Amino acid sequence: MVRGGALLEGTPPLELYARGATTPLAPVEVDERAARQSLRDQIARLESELASLFCSTFPRQGFDWAVPARGGPKVLSLLELEQVRDQLLVRLDDNRRVLSEQTQVEQDNRCLIEEMMLDPARYKWQRVGNSDIGEPGCKHWHVTPRWGVLGMLMNWWRVKISSGCPLAGGRSRTLRPRSHS
Amino acid sequence: MSTPMLQRGWVEAELAEEFPHLALRQMVVPARPGRSPRLVKERLRTMSDRFTGGRAVNLRQQPIPWAYRVFFRQIGIDPDDHRTPVEGLALERMFHGGFKSQGLPHDAVVIATVETGVALMALDADRVTGALGVRLARDDERLGTGGKRLEPRQMVVADDSGVVAVLFGDCAPEREVAAHTRSVLLAAVQVKGVPEVSVEEAMWTAAETLQGAVTGAS
Repeated sequence: MVRGGALLEGTPPLELYARGATTPLAPVEVDERAARQSLRDQIARLESELASLFCSTFPRQGFDWAVPARGGPKVLSLLELEQVRDQLLVRLDDNRRVLSEQTQVEQDNRCLIEEMMLDPARYKWQRVGNSDIGEPGCKHWHVTPRWGVLGMLMNWWRVKISSGCPLAGGRSRTLRPRSHS
Repeated sequence: MSTPMLQRGWVEAELAEEFPHLALRQMVVPARPGRSPRLVKERLRTMSDRFTGGRAVNLRQQPIPWAYRVFFRQIGIDPDDHRTPVEGLALERMFHGGFKSQGLPHDAVVIATVETGVALMALDADRVTGALGVRLARDDERLGTGGKRLEPRQMVVADDSGVVAVLFGDCAPEREVAAHTRSVLLAAVQVKGVPEVSVEEAMWTAAETLQGAVTGAS
């Protein structure tokens, strides 16, 4: 079998075929630019969805948003872009699932608040906070006995709704006039 | 005082093919570093009041900050670890309870970045030779003279004499604005999704803040 371009140069194709020669193939350069561009567009779409999800989850906790850096700033290879794309996709799926689970629990807690309001005696000492229903602030609903021990003995229960934390006011610098007795 | 000229920087061919929308705009403003005048400080205070926690959380959904986040991902930076310029400022605002004045030209860059979302940098114009541009780092190249060694093919901002800064990263100390600076070179990096008009607005906002401080108008 004859190989190599120099030996084959000038030889008629039919003769080469008869001799069983294989024509050397020119090295093929694959242009990956279009593939890289497509991956960059996919990353842009996923980042958009991730940003939207991030805003939806606020102020809830327990989400992992980290997608590790690739030693940039540099032109990422096809493989690296694929890895970034895949990791964004994993983060998106994981966080959607966590959000779905959390919102289910929050919905259950909202129902619990309604039931507490309707029948406090059934939910003695039960306490539900804003964080349990995915809301900011520290307002909470607490089932407590009316008039302390007497209420406990008489089974008089009520839901006490706190108004949350006091607003930050800072120290007052105004001096109060002393009262003269 | 002469009106500054907005100029277009260069982008290396290989980078321009990969990122057709990547651009660099620059402008030289005659201004010296120093304390910010009262009106600039007032503007920072007003901006701090307007920049609430809700706005900071929603920042990544706004078109220009989002465009920079996407570009960071595409060039291998995690924007949640190494913040985009406007998100970095938003975080500082939340930590310190306001945009703290750090003098000019820093305050001018902060005002322009927060108002428009465009990434800006300020350099000593007399320490930059020729036009600025974006290119890939060569083998064994360093940041400035005797600075840290750069990774080969790292994306950098460079001039005719060498690397000025890592793109969205560290700047060579000798190119930064210092006490002896007589004119400031403002540079903005434009990426896909950032409109031309926003880049121009950012540059003119920073330039006018600097020039206003020089003439005492602002």
